[in-house]
Amino acid sequence: MPAENASTPGTGPVAVSAGSPLLRVDDLHTSFHVAAGEVRAVRGVSLTLDRGRTLGIVGESGSGKTVLARSIMRLNIGGNVSTSGNVEFEGRDLLDLPLKAMKNLWGTELAMVFQDPMTSLNPVVRVGRQLTEHVRSNLGAGRGEARQMAIDLLREVRIPDAEARLRAFPHELSGGMRQRICIAIALACEPALLFADEPTTALDVTVQHQILNLLGREQRDREMAMILVTHDLGVVAGRTDDTIVMYAGKVVEQAPTRVLFTEMRHPYSEALLRSIPRIGQRSHTRLSAITGRPPDPIDIPPGCPFSPRCPYVQQKCREEPPPLVAAGDGAGGASHLSACWYPVGTDAGRDAFARNLADRLPQTVVVAEGSEFAESAAANAAAEATAANGSFEGGGA
Amino acid sequence: MGRLIAGRMVRLVATLLLVTFVTFMATSLLPGDPVNALIPIEAQQDREFVEQVREEWGFNDPLLVRYGRWLGDAVRGDLGDSYVTGRPIIDEITPRLPVTGELMVVTVLLGILIGVPLGLVSGYREGSRADKAVSAVAQFGLSIPNFVLGLVLIYVFAIKLRWLPATGWTRISDSVTGNLKSVAMPAIALAVAEVAVYLRVLRSDIISTLKENYILSARAKGLKDRFILFRHALRPSSLTLTTLIGLNIAGLITGTIVIEQLFAIPGLGRRLFSAVFQRDYMMVQGLTVLLAAAYVIINATVDFIYIAIDPRIRRRA
Amino acid sequence: MADPTGLRSLQEDGQASALARSPAPFRVRVGRSLWNAFREMPWPTRACASWLVLIVTVAIFADWIPGLQDPNYQGFLFGKSKTLDPPSMEHWLGTDNVSRDILARVVHGARTSLIFAGGVLLCGLVFGGLLGSAAGFLRGRFEAVVMFYVDVSLAFPALVFFLFAITMLNTRGLGIMTVAVALLIIAPYTRIARANSLSVSDREFVTAARAIGTSRPRILVREIIPNVYPTLVAYSLIVAAVLVILEATLSFLGIGVPIPRASWGGDINMARRDIAINVWPMIPPILALVATILSVNVVSDWLRSNAASRSSAL
Repeated sequence: MPAENASTPGTGPVAVSAGSPLLRVDDLHTSFHVAAGEVRAVRGVSLTLDRGRTLGIVGESGSGKTVLARSIMRLNIGGNVSTSGNVEFEGRDLLDLPLKAMKNLWGTELAMVFQDPMTSLNPVVRVGRQLTEHVRSNLGAGRGEARQMAIDLLREVRIPDAEARLRAFPHELSGGMRQRICIAIALACEPALLFADEPTTALDVTVQHQILNLLGREQRDREMAMILVTHDLGVVAGRTDDTIVMYAGKVVEQAPTRVLFTEMRHPYSEALLRSIPRIGQRSHTRLSAITGRPPDPIDIPPGCPFSPRCPYVQQKCREEPPPLVAAGDGAGGASHLSACWYPVGTDAGRDAFARNLADRLPQTVVVAEGSEFAESAAANAAAEATAANGSFEGGGA
Repeated sequence: MGRLIAGRMVRLVATLLLVTFVTFMATSLLPGDPVNALIPIEAQQDREFVEQVREEWGFNDPLLVRYGRWLGDAVRGDLGDSYVTGRPIIDEITPRLPVTGELMVVTVLLGILIGVPLGLVSGYREGSRADKAVSAVAQFGLSIPNFVLGLVLIYVFAIKLRWLPATGWTRISDSVTGNLKSVAMPAIALAVAEVAVYLRVLRSDIISTLKENYILSARAKGLKDRFILFRHALRPSSLTLTTLIGLNIAGLITGTIVIEQLFAIPGLGRRLFSAVFQRDYMMVQGLTVLLAAAYVIINATVDFIYIAIDPRIRRRA
Repeated sequence: MADPTGLRSLQEDGQASALARSPAPFRVRVGRSLWNAFREMPWPTRACASWLVLIVTVAIFADWIPGLQDPNYQGFLFGKSKTLDPPSMEHWLGTDNVSRDILARVVHGARTSLIFAGGVLLCGLVFGGLLGSAAGFLRGRFEAVVMFYVDVSLAFPALVFFLFAITMLNTRGLGIMTVAVALLIIAPYTRIARANSLSVSDREFVTAARAIGTSRPRILVREIIPNVYPTLVAYSLIVAAVLVILEATLSFLGIGVPIPRASWGGDINMARRDIAINVWPMIPPILALVATILSVNVVSDWLRSNAASRSSAL
C-alpha cells in the first residue's frame, strides 16, 4: 500500500490501463446498527464509472443515494456502520484500504460537494483558509502559492472580487456564493472523481441552474468524473451520461440518461418524472405526488420494495423481489437495466395496470387521471434532454 | 459593533447602579438602627448623644441624598469606615484583594489546563473507555462540595503526610515556594468542580460540533483528524467555554469565600465572614458591593471578549 | 441529540423513521409509571434512584423510625454512652464528640436538607414560574419590572447575597435560609419561564385561543403555564443538587441551620475539630452528602438525556 500511495501523490490518474473503469462498485451494502434494529440503507448496488464521465443517482429522500455516495468515499463514520461489497477505484480496493491510506485519497482523488452550503463551511474560519488549508496539507503548497491558487480558484468559479473574498467569513456570502466556494474547495486538489451530493437542493431556483452549469463546465474542462446525486430527475436530464434510479437502497433502473427518459421502464422512475412540473404543460395541470412513503429501512417488505405504492402492483410483486435485468429490446440495449416484473411501456405492464384499474385500486385512479400527461411529460423531458445533451456533450465526449 | 458595545455598556452601568442602590437601601432600611451598632449599649439611652452621632454620620439626610453621597464616595474609592475597627474599608480590602485574586486566577487556570484537554479527548473519543472514565470522574467532581474536598485534602496532605500547611497564607513576595504551598490545596479544592464543568461542556460541545456538516466536508477535503479537531472543532467550542468561565465566576466567588474560611486564608471572603459575625454593616455592604460589581463587570468583559472573537456576532452589529 | 454519526447521515437523507417510531413522550410515561422508568435505568442510575428514595423516605419518617435515637440525646451526660465511640450495636454509626448517635443525626440531617431544598424549589417553581410566564405573555411594564428584579438578583453571587441578608436581618435559621435562597432562585426560574412563555405565546394554539376570544388570564392559565412548566421541572433537578450543596455549605460555615439541629454540613463542621484525633464522625455525613448529590446528578442526567432522545417532552 505505501508504495502505491507514494506513486500517486495526488497528480491525477496514473498507471491504470485505459480499459478499466475509474470506479467500479460491486454489490455494495451499507447498514447502520441502531437501537431499533439494522437500518439497511444500501442493499447491493453495483455500478461502473469511466474516467471523465458523469453519472446521476436519483431517488427520493431516504432511497439511500447519499449513503451510497458516502459509502464509496468511506465517509460514513461511527462504530455502528458496516459496509460490505467491493469498491474499486483506479485499481485499488477502497474498502480494504487502511483508513490512513483512504484519507490520503480524500480531497486529492475523491472529493465531495455537499448539499447545504450554509452548514458545510466552518462559520468561524475565513474563506481563504478553508479554500487552501487542504491544498497546503495535501500537496504541500506554500503560503503564497496557496493564496494565489485560492484567488485563481475563486475566479474560476466566477466569484467577483476574489482577493477581498479570501478574508470573508462564510456568513458574509450568499448561499450560491458559498456553494461556489464549496465547489472550489472540492476542485482545489484536482480530484479524479467528484461527488456532488444534492448540490442545489438548498439553493434558490435561479441559482440552482448556475451552480449546475458551473459543475458541468468544470467537469468537462478538467475531464473529471462526476457523480451527481439528486432527488430531481430534471437535474440529471441533459447533465449526466448515465443515470441510476434508486429506491429503498437498491437500483431499480439504470440507463444512459437519454434512454432513461425515452424508454422509462420502472414505475418508480415514471412516478418521479410525473412529480416534476414541466414547461410544456397547461398551466393548471395536476402534478401527482407519489402516494405513501418509502419503506422503513429497518423493516423492508419482502418482494419489490415499491410494491405498496405502485400502480402496476400484482401479487407477484409483493412476494418476489424482481431482479435487475436488461430492460428488453429498447435503444439502451444491454446498458438499460430495470428491476420490475411488469415494466412500464411493455405489454405486461399495460395488462397489470388495466387489471388494477378494473379492480379500482385507489392509487390507480390517480394514475389514470395522470397517465396521459405522464407520457407527454416524459416526452417533454426527453426533448429537453436531447437538446441539452447536444450542447453539453460537445466537450465531454 | 460599536453600537452593540455601547448598548452593553449602558446595561452594565445600569446594573451596577441597581446593585449598589439595592445594597445601600438594604442597609438603610434595616429594622434596627444602624447607630446602635456604633454606640455601646449603655450610651444608647442618651438621646442627645445618639442624635449627635446620627448627625455626624449623616443618618438624618434623605435616602437619595445619602445614596448619592455614598455612591460618589464609592466611585472615588471611599466605601466608608468599618463600624468595628474604624479604619477605612478600602484600606482593609486592598491588601486582601491580591490574595483572593490569586486564588481565583490559579483556580481558573487549573480548570482550563486540566479541563480543556480532558474535554477535548473525551469528546473526540466519545463512547470510548477513556471517555466513560473521564465522565464518571467528572460526575464525582461535580458531586463533592468544595469544603468536603478541602477537608479531605487537609486530612491527607496536612495531617497525615504533613506536606502542606493546613491553614494560613504565605505571600508570594515573602516566598514563592511557600506561596505555592499555601495556594495548592485551596486551589485544587476549588478547581475540581471547575474542571468538571469545563470538561463536560467542552465535551458535549465538541461532540455536537464534530457532527456538523463542515466537519464532514473538512474530512472529505483530506485534512488530518488532529488538524480538524484543533482548527475546526475547538475554535467554535472555545466560544462557549469563554462564556461559561464568565458565568462560573459567581460560583467561584462563592466557592472562594468558603475555601478561604476553611483554610483560614486572609482574603476578601474571610474578611466578609468576620464582618458578618461582628455585624460590621459597613464592611458587609462594602464587600457585597465590591463582589457583586466585580461579578457584573467580569461577566460584561466576557461578553465583550465573546463579541470580539465570534465573527458571526462581530459582523452582525 | 445523542445520535450515532451514522444515523445522522441517514436522516440527512430523510430516513427519520428510526426516530419516528419512538414511543410516547417521556413526560406521559413518567406520569403513567415511574416504575417503568426505574426499570429502564442502567444499574448505577438505578442504585442512585434507590438511594434518593431511601433518603427522602427516612427524612420524612425520621421521627417514627423504630429504634432510631433522638439526634440530640447526649448519652454520656447520663453515663449511657461515650463520646467519639466507634460503631457498635447501640450506635450503628458510632457517636460524635458529644456522644450523639451519628446515624440519627445523618437521618435528621437528611430531613433538614430535604426541607430546605424542597422549600426553595417550591418557591422557585411557583413564584418564578408564574412571574416568568406572566411576564412573557403580558409583556409591557409588568415584564420590565419583573426583569428588573431578575437582573438585580442575578448580579449577586449567592453566598454574598446570603451573608448580606443574614447580617442585615440579624437572624438565622432554616426558615430565613430557605426564604433568602428562594429570593435568589426565583430569578433564574423567572428568566427561563419568561423565555419559554415568549416562545409559547407565538405558537398557533395561543393565536387560535385569542382569535376565538378567550380572555388573557384564561389563556395564561390554560395554554401558557402548562407549556412552560415541563422545562422548569427539568431545571429543578439540576437546581436540587446545587441546593443540597448550598445547605451543607452554609451549615458547615455556621451560618445555616443553628446548632444543635442536625445538618450534614453542620455535623461535618462539628467533626472537623477532632479531625486530627478521630476522623470517623466526619465520614457518615460526608458519605451521605456526597451520595445524595451524586444521585441527584446522575438521575437528573439520565432523565434529561432519555427525555431528549425520546421526544422533546421535557
